[in-house]
Amino acid sequence: MADGPEQIEDLIGLMARLPGLGPRSARRAVLHLIQKRGALMAPLAAAMADVAATARECVRCGNIGNADICALCRDPERATGEICVVETVADLWAMERGRAFSGRYHVLGGALSALDAVGPEDLRIPALVARVADEAVREVILALDATVDGQTTAHYIAEQLAGSGAQVTSLAQGVPVGGELDYLDDGTISAALRARRQF
Amino acid sequence: MVLSGLSLSHFRSHLLTRIGFDGRPVAIFGANGAGKTNILEAISLLSPGRGLRRAAPEDLARRPEALGWKIVADLGGHEVETFAQGAGPRVVRIDGKAAPQAALGRLARILWLVPVMDRLWVEAPEGRRRFLDRMTLSFVPGHGEAALSYEKAMRERNRLLRDQAGDGAWFGALEAQMAEHGAVVAANRRVTLARLHGAMAGAQTAFPAADLALSESGPEDVAGLAAALADGRARDMAAGRSLTGPHRADLLAVYAAKGVPAAQCSTGEQKALLISLILANARALAAEGEVPTLLLDEVAAHLDAGRRAALYAEVCGLGVQAFMTGTGADLFEGLAGRAQFFEMREADGVSRVVEGKDVQ
Repeated sequence: MADGPEQIEDLIGLMARLPGLGPRSARRAVLHLIQKRGALMAPLAAAMADVAATARECVRCGNIGNADICALCRDPERATGEICVVETVADLWAMERGRAFSGRYHVLGGALSALDAVGPEDLRIPALVARVADEAVREVILALDATVDGQTTAHYIAEQLAGSGAQVTSLAQGVPVGGELDYLDDGTISAALRARRQF
Repeated sequence: MVLSGLSLSHFRSHLLTRIGFDGRPVAIFGANGAGKTNILEAISLLSPGRGLRRAAPEDLARRPEALGWKIVADLGGHEVETFAQGAGPRVVRIDGKAAPQAALGRLARILWLVPVMDRLWVEAPEGRRRFLDRMTLSFVPGHGEAALSYEKAMRERNRLLRDQAGDGAWFGALEAQMAEHGAVVAANRRVTLARLHGAMAGAQTAFPAADLALSESGPEDVAGLAAALADGRARDMAAGRSLTGPHRADLLAVYAAKGVPAAQCSTGEQKALLISLILANARALAAEGEVPTLLLDEVAAHLDAGRRAALYAEVCGLGVQAFMTGTGADLFEGLAGRAQFFEMREADGVSRVVEGKDVQ
């Protein structure tokens, strides 16, 4: 049974397609927006229209920005000779939140998965190989998920970059900061033990 | 970990069933279709995987309502909930917090023997591998993750093989993953066989010892397995699947006292070997201070009175929490005074538990 006019139902249907929202939560969100249409809905609609018109993918690294070359790639202080390879833009943003990396990024757009028909040509791997050669990259840091697909992609990239002259490293795996050993699974403890270092 | 309480909601034939356990062995009896095995299946779902019937989550819901199902258990002081709604996946919560299924393997060691396993020794190797991996999981809780990672990498590689892909680097990357996780799987299985042999050696038991071995399935070290997979690509591509690795291993068993392979033993001897392995597994865990949970479905019916008494004596002696089912209370006479008894009844499509019907 329809709860409102056709336009509202269409809006609920669109909202329900967003990650993390189902039909019920989309309905709640739309109702909330309508109740605050002056303070929230209209500015949100304007902001969405603005981003839809200006957002674009950086042709160099795959990050999302509002120019063909994103701000991170334009920043000369980021030319440290290090490239951090991530699967998605969300991973890039997570790295930036940490403020621990001052080099540039390369967003693959996913991970290799034969079962999902995602091959090397579907990812930005050839572009990464070209960047390593063109930008005098000293180190490529693979910040990929510790899953089978993520690690398969890491092995593949390392193979592609063999002979490029760049050092290929990956993020450490082990005890999370603030983590308690008692709550870690066996695989994480084993990985942490293998990656132990001089204290 | 002792299971001290179990609650089933809309699970199989149970509309709402609550049972309390005191740590002693549990005998559940009742007519066919009363819902006895459903209790065991619910307990089996307190471990990772699809439980003792290997059912999909949506198939566990009570019909015709099909609303979904829920199991709540008090397991060693932890509140464990597992449930599914509609066609959704199985969800696990431990002490109110969402947890991966693998976390269940660290909480409890649950082993089972069901009638469908009576032909385990004569059927395809897959069932024996699964049986071995279940025992391995009881010794090495992290085995599940290694096995899942290995299978995922293998399915990816098999897809490339079927697609006749020519990207050697992609194959190499997947083979590195298979080798890394496959070596862990193989090593865990070797550890399990060693512990089972140790638990069977010199044990005072009425059940026959078995000589166990793993069939040849290729190198078991990381470098050797990676090299074997790389060398076998052309052959595997012709077959459309990976022909080397621990997914090809078979559990081989010989009735030690007779020197006869398990597959050639009588039906009764094959069953006795299975019980022997389950008990050896429990013995090895008990020696390490773990209290395993045994689910023995219709086990009493297949044993003569002497073996039945021996099984009960071993279960009580080990202090393990064993849940056993049978059609009649008389099958459990030997447990009088040493176990909890529950009678299951079914009426109008709903299973009900009648508590405390001790046969002593």
